[in-house]
Amino acid sequence: MPKIIYGGQSYDCEDSSVLDCLTAQGVSVPYSCRSGLCQTCMMKAVSGNIPEKAQAGLNDALVAQNYFLPCVCNPQEDIEVILPDVTPGKIQAHVSSIEYLNADIIGIKLKPALPFEYRPGQFINFFKDETTVRSYSLASVPELEEDLFLNVRKVPGGLVSSWISDNLKPGDTVTISAASGNCFYVSEKPEQNILLIGTGSGLAPLYGIIRAALHHGHQGRINLYHGSYTIDGLYLTEELRKLAQSYSNFSYSPCVSEGETDEPIRQGMVLDVALQDNPSLKGWRVFLCGHPEMVKSAQRETFFAGASMRDIFADPFG
Amino acid sequence: MSLFADIGGEGAVNAAVDIFYGKVLKDDRIKHFFDGVDMSRQAAKQKAFLTMAFGGPHNYSGEDMRKGHAHLVAKGLNDSHFDAVMENLGATLTELNVPGHLIAQAAAIAESTRKDVLGK
Repeated sequence: MPKIIYGGQSYDCEDSSVLDCLTAQGVSVPYSCRSGLCQTCMMKAVSGNIPEKAQAGLNDALVAQNYFLPCVCNPQEDIEVILPDVTPGKIQAHVSSIEYLNADIIGIKLKPALPFEYRPGQFINFFKDETTVRSYSLASVPELEEDLFLNVRKVPGGLVSSWISDNLKPGDTVTISAASGNCFYVSEKPEQNILLIGTGSGLAPLYGIIRAALHHGHQGRINLYHGSYTIDGLYLTEELRKLAQSYSNFSYSPCVSEGETDEPIRQGMVLDVALQDNPSLKGWRVFLCGHPEMVKSAQRETFFAGASMRDIFADPFG
Repeated sequence: MSLFADIGGEGAVNAAVDIFYGKVLKDDRIKHFFDGVDMSRQAAKQKAFLTMAFGGPHNYSGEDMRKGHAHLVAKGLNDSHFDAVMENLGATLTELNVPGHLIAQAAAIAESTRKDVLGK
């Protein structure tokens, strides 16, 4: 009989769903529709194979991370499962380099002390100490570089970003968490067009996603729009222009919302510019990262422009 | 044949969910109820609702409907808003060329939740 390992306990699961098995034995887990639809009860399998049916309707990013719906999962073998919001483990990393990418954004390269698995576009938690933690997205691509690459915006008075900019130097050891998050590239559907919209250091995950897509030989369009208030807020511009020269399916449109600009920098709010250029998004995959208000409007507007909700991946942070 | 099979099963739900959710979010009468909700989570809930309305497998009880909408009733959710959702459901199915008699059956299922959804 298959066993379910959850929260350090083992439960026998005979001819029943994972959800029914756990709740029947008094385990309290969230659920609602019990029909594999509402995704309230979603869990992640850390070992064992999940029947395909238990992942129907989940987007590709969730499937790739072994998320499944326990209410429609009758396990055929032993599985170990966790809730999605379980805090990821911590590991040590060494600072390889640290340098300003523009006046406000610090680029940090980190070498993890242990093998570190992640997908470009996911984020890590960065610990100043036990209780002072900030999340930063990964701009690096594991197949292309050994170091993790973070883009940290220096927030005036920010506890973690100030500490990073004032104290951190190459060779230092820092504590980070394992990577998590659902805003990343998967190589299925290589012909699908991709629109990416980011503001400020929201460029970081997009930079990882774009380079991962190009590395995997993505065939569809990859159109990046990076927005900032002024021209000084743009960064990685040379690297992105070079990529656009090397790959004909990749375009890079930096946008500034304040002040006059010259070609090739576009004038206007990044979301408006992106939608002017790409008014019909039926069948497109969309990545949105950066200012929470921008991300929220962009989710709505790209959906109205025809993108399917399951193809819109968003990572709001401020 | 059941309504769910006649209407096109899971494929019909998948085709309907983005259309329906788009209509709801653009509807000035009800869109404010969706301010601040996680859009991708909400889309999954819309899918659960449509599956139920299409006569598909679901386990929602009247009590689930009450609990799930109580916070909206507190914000003023009433019959006029429920009517707006019903209208969007009908328009979605019409757009997908679902025959009128099947639309009527789906509408009847959705209508049967009115009292619970509105906490009456």
